[in-house]
Amino acid sequence: MPDTLGNTACLALAIHHDTAPAMELDSPTLPAAAPPPDHLGIRLHINGQIYAVAIEPWVTLLDLLRDRLQLTGTKKGCDHGQCGACTVLVDGRRTLACLQLAVMRDGADITTVEGLARGEVLHPIQLAFMHHDALQCGYCTPGQLCSAIGLMNEGQARSLDEVRELMSGNLCRCGAYVQIAQAVAEVALGPGEHRSERARRPIVTGTVPA
Amino acid sequence: MNPFAYAKASDAGAALMQIAPATGAASAADAAAKFLAGGTNLIDLMKEGVLQPGRLVDINGLPLDTIEELADGGLRLGALARNADTAYHPTVQKRLPLLASALLAGASPQIRNMATNGGNLLQRTRCHYFYDTLVPCNKRAPGTGCPAREGLARQHAILGASEHCVAVHPSDMCVALAALDAVVHVRSPRGERDIPFAELHRLPGDRPDVDTTLEPDELIVHIDVPPAAPFAAHSVYLKLRERQSYAFALVSVAAALDINRAGRIRNARLALGGVAHKPWRVPAAEALLAGEAPARAAFERCADALLQGAQAHGRGVGSNAFKIPMAHRAIVRALETAARGTVMNTTGSAP
Repeated sequence: MPDTLGNTACLALAIHHDTAPAMELDSPTLPAAAPPPDHLGIRLHINGQIYAVAIEPWVTLLDLLRDRLQLTGTKKGCDHGQCGACTVLVDGRRTLACLQLAVMRDGADITTVEGLARGEVLHPIQLAFMHHDALQCGYCTPGQLCSAIGLMNEGQARSLDEVRELMSGNLCRCGAYVQIAQAVAEVALGPGEHRSERARRPIVTGTVPA
Repeated sequence: MNPFAYAKASDAGAALMQIAPATGAASAADAAAKFLAGGTNLIDLMKEGVLQPGRLVDINGLPLDTIEELADGGLRLGALARNADTAYHPTVQKRLPLLASALLAGASPQIRNMATNGGNLLQRTRCHYFYDTLVPCNKRAPGTGCPAREGLARQHAILGASEHCVAVHPSDMCVALAALDAVVHVRSPRGERDIPFAELHRLPGDRPDVDTTLEPDELIVHIDVPPAAPFAAHSVYLKLRERQSYAFALVSVAAALDINRAGRIRNARLALGGVAHKPWRVPAAEALLAGEAPARAAFERCADALLQGAQAHGRGVGSNAFKIPMAHRAIVRALETAARGTVMNTTGSAP
């Protein structure tokens, strides 16, 4: 039951707060004054479930998902907005969970990789990634999948080259880019092999070559 | 990230009240209160300990996210409109292809969905010494020195730098806005004012810690871009970088030409990114093109004038001397391309 889960999360956080208020330990200098009032109450709709949590304002959405709600499908890669591994959908738009505070998203509808399948039925983009073998180690995959769905929601990609450019916010250190681009193009543009137009002609000034 | 207080503001008046230091309790933390919009740069800087504001005022609930047409044909870009929504807005694409193109050359789709127009203007340099709190940096810790001048400076300035700082402003959007003569409208407890884009960002001089002419309690409300119809058919944003997408510019060029029926240039607009502490514009260099036919010789003279005084920084593999000839060629190439037509950052729009 959605509410049960949400309450569990909330209760867990409340207990955590009473015993040991969490603070990040890596700050070189903390203000000398008393700590500011912390723990704001927020409600998030995550993958169709309602989570009511009390959270410090300095917790990122990524850390909330992974460390406090145990939704560890979303990955922490660089934690600085450079790799795209933490991509989640906020109100249907792809965003980086590492560069937003959880409190900024009070009331928002959030979809993580855990929310893509319907029960045992995988999302078409998940099936396409499997079909195209679009991963090796898999660490970037949750972000790639959410980013691909965001790309489709945006509706701006009309060719393989545009898919490649508009997936450029997701790095894959295994280098599965060719297969990733084909998988995304198959779902976003339609079946069949998609070919790069750009590869057949010289780079055009001013465009962003994908 | 350091602990901080957080409050959401529902309108501009409330946001300005909340950003002001509390009366009688003007602690250092209060003085460091900051507006929070997209957060893509601010939160990152806070994670690194570069910035440690005591209070964040979340302005995402303010109704400043629209793109409006002005009576004179210009466009008003809301400070909180997201970069992606601005770039893909049909009117922006049609009337300000230079701006749309520059926006889409910046960051990644995820970041463009988050980052706001106001925030884009106020983003900080990506100088690695600025980001590394273990090394000196005059911008982060005034008076400590600038390791970039004799260090790794590929991403650093060739124009307008000072002995105290060779950082560059990292924005693509701002380069286009500078070329388009945008005006930034701000509000503070003292009232409202308009800042011509050329006066928003400043050169480092002996105060590299100060990026802009904004006061800490001033809120960007919107950005007005005057009508640019004469340039819409000949606009190019050329961005050169270490990789082909999702990287900051080594050199970028916003070029826009107004070409008359006789095929001569009436007006030219030209701004450079990645080379200075602010978008680099030299009106005298643009004036050299007025009345000229769009030909390489004229473009090269213009590039010479635009790059006058260029100076390399960094040492060894970190030297950015290569950026001076690279910028020269980029300017000529952007102008030659603009003369042929407008290029958008999509594969289907090559002239």
